Amino acid sequence: MLVQQLANGLFLGAVYALFAIGYTLIFGVLDILNLAHAAIFMLAAFVALSLVGFGFPLVLAVALALVFAGLLGVLLDRIAFAPLRRRNAGTLVPLISSIGAAIVMQGIARGVWGPDEHRFPSNGLSTAEFHLGSLSVGALDLIILAVALALMGILSYVMRSTALGRSIRAVAEDRVAAALLGIDIERTIALTFFIASALGGAAGILIGLQYNSVSLEMGARIELKGLAIIILGGMGSVTGAVIGAFILGAVETLSVAYVSSSYRDAIAFGVMFLILVLRPAGLLGKRALRAA
Amino acid sequence: MAAVLVNGAGDGLVLDRVTVNYGGVRALDAVSLEIRPATVVGLIGPNGAGKTTLINAVTGILRPASGTISLGKTRLDRLSQHRVARAGVARTYQNIRLFGTLSVADNVRAGAYRRRGTLADDAVRELLTRATVQVADLRGQAGTLPYGEQRRLEIARALASDPKVLLLDEPAAGMNPRETGGLRALIRDVARSGTGVLLVEHDMSLVAAVCDHVVVLNFGETIARGTPTQVARDPGVIEAYLGTNAAADMR
Amino acid sequence: MLEFLAHHSKLIDQIGINALLALSLSISLRAGSLALAQAAFMGIAAYVSSIGAVRLGWNLPLAGLAGALAAALVAALLALPIGRLRGVFLAIATIGFGEIARIIEINWPITGGAEGFSGIPNDANTLWIYGTLALAGAALALFGRTKLALAVAATREDENAARGVGIDVAAVRMGTLVAGAVLAGFAGTLYAHANFFITPGDFGFSRMEQVLVMCVIGGVTSSLGAVVGAVLMTALPELVRFLQDYREVSSGAILLGIILFAPSGIAGLWRRFS
Repeated sequence: MLVQQLANGLFLGAVYALFAIGYTLIFGVLDILNLAHAAIFMLAAFVALSLVGFGFPLVLAVALALVFAGLLGVLLDRIAFAPLRRRNAGTLVPLISSIGAAIVMQGIARGVWGPDEHRFPSNGLSTAEFHLGSLSVGALDLIILAVALALMGILSYVMRSTALGRSIRAVAEDRVAAALLGIDIERTIALTFFIASALGGAAGILIGLQYNSVSLEMGARIELKGLAIIILGGMGSVTGAVIGAFILGAVETLSVAYVSSSYRDAIAFGVMFLILVLRPAGLLGKRALRAA
Repeated sequence: MAAVLVNGAGDGLVLDRVTVNYGGVRALDAVSLEIRPATVVGLIGPNGAGKTTLINAVTGILRPASGTISLGKTRLDRLSQHRVARAGVARTYQNIRLFGTLSVADNVRAGAYRRRGTLADDAVRELLTRATVQVADLRGQAGTLPYGEQRRLEIARALASDPKVLLLDEPAAGMNPRETGGLRALIRDVARSGTGVLLVEHDMSLVAAVCDHVVVLNFGETIARGTPTQVARDPGVIEAYLGTNAAADMR
Repeated sequence: MLEFLAHHSKLIDQIGINALLALSLSISLRAGSLALAQAAFMGIAAYVSSIGAVRLGWNLPLAGLAGALAAALVAALLALPIGRLRGVFLAIATIGFGEIARIIEINWPITGGAEGFSGIPNDANTLWIYGTLALAGAALALFGRTKLALAVAATREDENAARGVGIDVAAVRMGTLVAGAVLAGFAGTLYAHANFFITPGDFGFSRMEQVLVMCVIGGVTSSLGAVVGAVLMTALPELVRFLQDYREVSSGAILLGIILFAPSGIAGLWRRFS
């Protein structure tokens, strides 16, 4: 029972982590809270769903939807954040403009896909299950976990070992100094948005597959949980976000199993509130991104 | 030094062996000084000597690790910032901190917060005139004023509280000689009206012109005190400034 | 005209309630704190007043006062732990508080849970709503002339300098949070008693976002602005019915447009937030 719940928590946590990484990456680099992240998460799932509906193979549909999500993130930055950056509008005006962008995206999704819940066509998905003692694991869950871990691995490599990763960390550390070092700030920010949004989109697609459900509300459901995760891990810390996501995934599945499902989400927000009050830097804090 | 403190049990601001630790450093080490009503005390020293730390300790931003700060019979060193202000301590800031989008008049009125009632326009104008602030429009935004006017408006805001003690943190910074001359007259005028003034300043001619007493800090310690002339001759002071122009200026 | 009013009475009531909510948020914004708990305060009062009306037979004024008092008490308690938080962190903590409140409303048996609480007397008519709004507006206008209003504005501009002139910044922040909670509480009672039926979802983050959008569009520092924003954003979906399912896009686009092209409309307050 416990092992089963921990396994379930692992699958949930992996997807949470993908979502939260994007959230925290943008905060780390730009010091802004991007509340449109969840809208991209949702739109990517819808786009993947439609592509599958048009007859694209699932893998290709997912890949195209990821690119779409990344480009949408770049567009979001150009429209909602870049003009504010030029006028040094601080951190809270962008928060409001991200809400505006989210409302627009939500409205477009409602217009295109309607208010109802959608499902992936069943033929594309594996329903096979593996059994290991009392532990039962769906093949789809394993694929999702593998994809999530692979994406995190790629991100980790990019952040640690590539020129782009170094640029992102330098811009997060000190934008002015990074510019003096010859780093193209706007290009770095655009790529950060691409990466963050593609990861957020990946989370949306994977959750859509996991629950076989894509709906307008799916963004709202994860948006605030993502906040709890990045507060838990420390705003701006990628490693912290991953740790926070797995903790939240485990706590949620365990509390459903052993406490009560009804207060599951209250635990996440209660912990988030306590951390903000007692230790606002979270588990790792923003420095961790810079040191990563 | 002790004698000074015993005599000063009146209405002035008294720091008695105040030690402040800040950022792992002993920023002030057993510093004592007294500002009696109607006197101007200069506080000088190289950058990082602890001058602003001392102002922050008096105004309740930093807590002394030991020692006492009192204004008359009121102990200030355990009070929160706003209570220190209400007790009659007003200050200006090294980096101007006006209420930028509020009007000039509202900045002055906010300064009078500790007093009963609100200031009428005439009272506001009078304070502005006293602090030689030149503004045509009381309703204009404070943050849009020229730099020098902002500095003087900050002084007007501090004076609006009718303070017992006024702490000025480098008020002449960025001012031209004519403006500094006006500031000199203003500080004298404030002292004459009975307010004690602490002047932290790098402009030694201003210090020499207005101060009754000067305290020199270096690395948080008092290295000299006395009249401006005595301090200027002090070999320790000259050494602290490494024979720079500042020391030369004083002679 | 009368026919128009009769036809749109529901919308007109909604506009009044939203205006009250926008006013309540604007109080916190005036002190420079982005405390986003208005929807939660609204919900607390809505449940207290509805349960009181249904179970204990309270009339509307009594229910309204009890609801506002409950919201004010919760706000005062909330103000203590969040006292040190600023900016984005304050926003997130208060959003988290709102979610916790919503989850409690879902799970506490007395509220009727996620299915909602029904049978609330339908006695909050247009007169009550606009009477409350007028009183709130008048109270804020009177407050604007007092010294305390200056303390609120000074706190927004520069907390340390405000302390330096003797302003108790912690008290200002708590006071504005509680005052905002009282107005949001009245809005919650009126909402419940104008709708017969409430659910926890009525008081979630999306409501909070709506209220924030109204305030920003109207201009955050003025009461009139908040009301204008509420009128515009509540009526807008009706005005753009022809857009059908794409209606939402218009409100998001207007919000973006204001932020990007009319920054003076949302005034210097937002520059100070940086």
